[in-house]
Amino acid sequence: MTARVFITPKPDILDPQGKAVGNALHDLGYEEVSDVRVGKYLTLEITPVPGKDPRERLEEMCRRLLANINIESFSIEISDR
Amino acid sequence: MRFLWHRQRDLEDSDCIILPGGFAHGDYLRAGAIARFSPIMDAVLAHARRGNPVVGICNGFQVLTEIGLLPGALLHNLSLRFIHRPVSLRIERHDTRFTRMYAMEDVIELPIAHGQGRYYAPPPVIAELENENQVLFRYCSPAGLTDSSWNPNGSLNGIAGICNREGNVMGMMPHPERRLNPILGGVDGKALFMSLVESV
Repeated sequence: MTARVFITPKPDILDPQGKAVGNALHDLGYEEVSDVRVGKYLTLEITPVPGKDPRERLEEMCRRLLANINIESFSIEISDR
Repeated sequence: MRFLWHRQRDLEDSDCIILPGGFAHGDYLRAGAIARFSPIMDAVLAHARRGNPVVGICNGFQVLTEIGLLPGALLHNLSLRFIHRPVSLRIERHDTRFTRMYAMEDVIELPIAHGQGRYYAPPPVIAELENENQVLFRYCSPAGLTDSSWNPNGSLNGIAGICNREGNVMGMMPHPERRLNPILGGVDGKALFMSLVESV
């Protein structure tokens, strides 16, 4: 089972990395870009634990370690491959 | 003073715990995010919950926010640059166990060396920190002016160091331990450690 975790900065957080990327895109001529936010993408190979819901466990992993929920939001996608 | 390894679970009767600067786990994922789960942190948490002093410097401050002993978070500097230079700091409180020996000085100079030192907390938390006088150090000019031009990393309200409500846990981004000897450029860090020693 593969889990894909997307972690992004919360909207109120200033993202200077995103700003730098946006400016670079403008320099390259892509004026249509107005706002860039940079986050993280993780893939995890999971062997489900009997009796435990994989999604619940992943949400725990996100809340405890993978994301700082004070400043980041996360979303999880699970697929069999 | 003794060194405790992050994997040991015993604080060896230490009075005050200092979490030093560095790049624990390469700052991977988030600075301090993995280090906060080091085996020794259970004992550090218990030590803090009993009201004993804990100091986090730079990476140590980041660990304290990740573990929730201090509010807020340290984000990447606004300039996206690693900044390594002396800064002036205004001492906001002279009555804490960390700053008591600074009685006569309002502005000190300490070096910063960080890429992720921008202090952030949501507006209600910032308001509470200010109202409860939990801000201990603020970035300022050598004369003590705290306007934003003297803020090296974009920290909200120029916050360089804070303590918790109970006043026993403190975190700061600048390095007092690098200013203990004239050879190192100054001794403005000394009074912090003398305050700690005296308070125990």
